Amino acid sequence: MEPRPPIVEMRGITIEFPGVKALDGVDLRLLPGEVHTLMGENGAGKSTLIKALTGVYRFQEGELIVAGEPVRLDGTASAQAAGISTVYQEVNLCENLSIGENVMLGQEPRTRLGIDWRRLHARASEALEALGLGDLDTRQSLSTLSLAVQQLVAISRAIVANAKVLILDEPTSSLDANEVARLFAVMRDLRDRGVAILFVSHFLEQVYEISDRLTVLRNGRHQGEFAIDEIDRSALISLMIGKDADTLDAIAQKREAAPREVDAEPLLRARGIARRGAIVPTDLELHAGEVLGFAGLLGSGRTELARLLYGADRLDAGTIELHGRPVALTSPAAALRHRIVFSSENRRDEGIIRDLTVRENVVLAVQAKRGWLRRIATSQQRTLVDDCIARFDVRPAQPERRIGTLSGGNQQKVLLGRWLATDPEIVILDEPTRGIDVGAKADIQAAVLELASRGVAVIFISSELDEVVRLSDRIVVLKDHAVIATLENGPDVTSETIVARIADADTQEEAA
Amino acid sequence: MTTTIERPHAAPKPPWHRRAIERARRRGIDVRTLPTGAAGIILAVMLVYGEVAYGQVLQASTLSNLLINNAHFVILAVGLSFVILAGGIDLSVGAVIAVSSVAGVMLVGAGWPTPLAIAAMIGIGTAFGTASGVLVQHFGVQPFIATLAMMFLARGLASMLSTTPQRLPDDSSFRLLGEPWKLIDGPRVNDLMASAGLVVAVVVVVVAAIVLQRTRFGRTVYAIGGSESSAALMGLRVPRTKLAIYVISGTLAGVAAVVYTARLGTAQNITGMGWELTAIAAVVIGGTLLTGGYGYVVGSVIGALVLGLMTVLITRDGGVPPEMTTIITGGILFVFVMLQRAVVRRRR
Repeated sequence: MEPRPPIVEMRGITIEFPGVKALDGVDLRLLPGEVHTLMGENGAGKSTLIKALTGVYRFQEGELIVAGEPVRLDGTASAQAAGISTVYQEVNLCENLSIGENVMLGQEPRTRLGIDWRRLHARASEALEALGLGDLDTRQSLSTLSLAVQQLVAISRAIVANAKVLILDEPTSSLDANEVARLFAVMRDLRDRGVAILFVSHFLEQVYEISDRLTVLRNGRHQGEFAIDEIDRSALISLMIGKDADTLDAIAQKREAAPREVDAEPLLRARGIARRGAIVPTDLELHAGEVLGFAGLLGSGRTELARLLYGADRLDAGTIELHGRPVALTSPAAALRHRIVFSSENRRDEGIIRDLTVRENVVLAVQAKRGWLRRIATSQQRTLVDDCIARFDVRPAQPERRIGTLSGGNQQKVLLGRWLATDPEIVILDEPTRGIDVGAKADIQAAVLELASRGVAVIFISSELDEVVRLSDRIVVLKDHAVIATLENGPDVTSETIVARIADADTQEEAA
Repeated sequence: MTTTIERPHAAPKPPWHRRAIERARRRGIDVRTLPTGAAGIILAVMLVYGEVAYGQVLQASTLSNLLINNAHFVILAVGLSFVILAGGIDLSVGAVIAVSSVAGVMLVGAGWPTPLAIAAMIGIGTAFGTASGVLVQHFGVQPFIATLAMMFLARGLASMLSTTPQRLPDDSSFRLLGEPWKLIDGPRVNDLMASAGLVVAVVVVVVAAIVLQRTRFGRTVYAIGGSESSAALMGLRVPRTKLAIYVISGTLAGVAAVVYTARLGTAQNITGMGWELTAIAAVVIGGTLLTGGYGYVVGSVIGALVLGLMTVLITRDGGVPPEMTTIITGGILFVFVMLQRAVVRRRR
């Protein structure tokens, strides 16, 4: 491929939020006719950079040059006008409208009598045909399509807009192997037509399969731009996670160095628990002092299974026993009385209360457990908070600071502290490390192991398989609302073997 | 490494309403039209029942009176449809009618020419709608609260203007708008009639339907109702559309005030009490989802006529106390909300 001038060039982009520098002098170049991957851990600044490129965020420093002209974008509409289209991880279409209208919204063909519906559907069909979806009835409601096809519909919007730049933000996170292959075929086709594609994915194999070039970010800083054959996987990983790789290794060694005795009688035993549309009948055992990992893709049922275990959803069938006695976990409050606590994957909405202080957030759960009328003495509150701040190294160490002003990682630490203050027997952590920086991630992983060593049973849910493998004693593998395997962790269990098992289940299904 | 493989389980059977909807879809019926279609059927059933039980319902005079007497209400419901389709709410329209009609009648009394008075009445509606829209869009106030504030403000202003009924002068040309015209002089006063107010209502309905179905603005209203964040990310003009729907709702409340006042000839500060809620009920009965995104203008017309016809039938019956009206309204509303939930549930 002969060198061509970049269609998009971002130079020295800096974006600051109160208290955090989300991006610090980041460069990005997109060439026409290439797939360019943006790599980085959660919290590295990938989505911030994308939002700067799509005009959602303004940057304080730096410049954006599109097709040789410096531009200032002030919203999605102006980005689209500049030829930049985006497909987000959560599909952003309107389920109440027809497929064709979703393709054409904002670009409807019109006559003097208004929108020409016949031509609209014809053009939508054309655009979908280019993606191999010519057989779709564009008059059907969008809600009849699977998420994967909806994603392709979202991409077809870019074709209609004649986009020169297409941004795909983690499009593969909820797709199965066939759907990914289909998406990649579409991406290659668009690339060959000269579209510059910016691709974000956490799956290394996919990155190496599709990319021509990649840019690595870490903690809001630019780590380099490489052609795909210039950098191998291990070099890429260490670039992404930096020095902290050593810290994480140390954690893994610590876990392996201290194998736990598992007593015969499980702390919690679930028999045939099920909920319609969420999880098929499932058996589960959880022992004191163990870390039980839930591995599976988004929507595999891992969160749904956890919700049954702490009473957020009712069981349709099955029983749960604690210490050998059946219990009815009818609400999170009931679970809390049985010393089961849960930390949500949705930290912002279901975890912290932004406008309260760190101290108030920590004390909340203890207070709920005691009942609202028995106030906790100020001195006791202080002890709880100081203990939490010291144990998890919460920064800044100010109990009276509003928690909303803390970084994501530190908010998560406070949340952990909140639940620990209730002296739980079982802690369920759903994506505790999502969207936080690597340093805080290591702290939280260390805290999980610390908990387990004190005899607490931990259920650890994460999309990052490496993390699950690093921490767990046993791993429950879920797929399509069912547990497909329970693995005893050991040297021969890696994220690759788990992925292989999930993929295997696919081929078995097809064979059956 | 030990492994246990679980057996896959069969998916449970979906509930009856979901299966019914699936069946409809397989027959090529757009499920989005089901609630509005149901409202049409209810209206037809009510008409036939009325004819059979009381007689003289399915005849020109009764039907034209139904339309003439509910013209203002249809206009109001059409305005609210825009707001509700976009997922908002407008509680101010009843009070806006009060202040607009009291002001209009007083202006005519003060010697203003009719066209100017009418323009002022509609302008008052537009002003209140714009205020609501600015509060919602630019100050981030929740629609419920913003329009509630406008409701109190408008009602208060109406009471400041006058607390006694205001009459249009008997010779005012304003009254001509409300005069019924005899189109066909039927036997035994069975006349086919219309009025200028009815013509206005028809025009409003037709224009609204075209705007919603055939303009980018209209489709943006639906997209916002489906998902406001998606609409914004698709690059649609969300802010100006959200402002515009409240302006439309307020303006049409002003138009409804003109039509109502012309027919009645009087205006009072307590006019239109609770009409915003009845109009919302009409919109919902007509198949528009209160959370936005689904529904049609024609549904709101049907909903308004269902409620209007109900009052007629109760009057004809004579045995049903008028107080039952609200109970029956509530019952119909309940049935329709359940029907809509059945349609929407499949997506969750």
